[in-house]
Amino acid sequence: MFDILKDLIYSSGAVSLTGGNLVMWLVSFVLLYLAIKKQYEPLLLLPIAFGILVVNLPLTFLMEPEHGLIWFFYHYGIEQDIIPPLIFLGLGAMIDFGPLIANPKTLLLGAGAQAGLYVTFFAAVLFGFDLQEAASIAIIGGADGPTTIYLTSKLAPHLLGATAVSAYAYMALVPIIQPPMMKLLTTDHERKIVMSKLRPVSKLQRICFPIITAMTIMLVVPPAAPLISMLMLGNLFKESGVVERLSKAASNELMNIVTIFLGLSVGATMTAGTFLSPKVLFIFFLGLFAFVVSTAAGLIMAKIMNLFLKDKINPLIGAAGVSAVPMAARCVHKVGSEANRRNYLLMHAMGPNVAGVIGTVVAAAILLKNLG
Amino acid sequence: MPELLAPIAGNVWKILVAVGDKVELDDELIILEALKMETPIYSDDSGTVSEIRVKEGDSVQDGDVLVIID
Repeated sequence: MFDILKDLIYSSGAVSLTGGNLVMWLVSFVLLYLAIKKQYEPLLLLPIAFGILVVNLPLTFLMEPEHGLIWFFYHYGIEQDIIPPLIFLGLGAMIDFGPLIANPKTLLLGAGAQAGLYVTFFAAVLFGFDLQEAASIAIIGGADGPTTIYLTSKLAPHLLGATAVSAYAYMALVPIIQPPMMKLLTTDHERKIVMSKLRPVSKLQRICFPIITAMTIMLVVPPAAPLISMLMLGNLFKESGVVERLSKAASNELMNIVTIFLGLSVGATMTAGTFLSPKVLFIFFLGLFAFVVSTAAGLIMAKIMNLFLKDKINPLIGAAGVSAVPMAARCVHKVGSEANRRNYLLMHAMGPNVAGVIGTVVAAAILLKNLG
Repeated sequence: MPELLAPIAGNVWKILVAVGDKVELDDELIILEALKMETPIYSDDSGTVSEIRVKEGDSVQDGDVLVIID
């Protein structure tokens, strides 16, 4: 009788608990609180937080290679690069590229905002990260979750949890991080600029856009293919108007299903052993730096464009060049309407915002090509 | 007769006036919802609301007439 009891105690996870596990529980509880109470990106943070919790319960072996349940999700979904492209398929079916087609020069803003990535890449190298790690950290500046996960899983999988959580965290914090930057780098006069109405975009243009963009980008930077092909296929589903069922499946059911596996797997990479290192703090710091520099670069790019443009753009829309869709565009709209309440920048900001998604994918592909 | 146009596409979230109401320049007349964000639309004129062309929940395009003010 005593032996059975002793056996039960020794085979329970409780005796194998480490201090690190307890700290990770705390991290998980904080993220659960942010997801449930504050509703910060709950669709991702909630499964991530739960993943962290269960993987830090000893002897469950959920992440044991070839055995654990979540390991299989992780292996087939993320290591084999299935899930991020599927998320992009759904995003494509949701994104309206109309504002970008109507005002193609906003593509420059989406490209300009990627400058933060390159600055951060070199900063991370200076801090002692290797090139692959530096690239994975720099991509946080693009504020695009799936692209960050895609690149990190290829270049520096041991950092996956940290880079993914910081990318999603900074996306949720856009309304807090961006407005001070916007006000610092623009004058009141600039923020008041009202932009002329966007020209209407024809259905033919909307259909041609994903086809031409997919071909162009994949011919120039082939490593962008998995993400760009899916993004543009999803968009073609939407814009063609003939496969509404596929479009809805991609943007609702499929997206929701893969989001569950994505969140859980990313959370489950965050064991005490991999997550609790001084490096991780640096990653959060450098990720924030990347995001701030990208915002600044977008704003400055818009101001430079204004030197050449007769029909001035409101430089605030440059801040939407980071790809956090549509949080960054909303934020631009809000700051613009604070300066001039008849200023409706939302759609103007969606141009650089969706261009930012494309820009981040291209930047990731260039990093992958050179470092992978 | 001055017309109030929708400055952006979205859904009509709230209508804050009724036909016959007197409104001033810059009064908030309608709240549109676009990309999960509420955007108030302000009156361009002073006068009396003679017609409301939309109802709550309608989706409107950029440039659609929302309200007519006499």
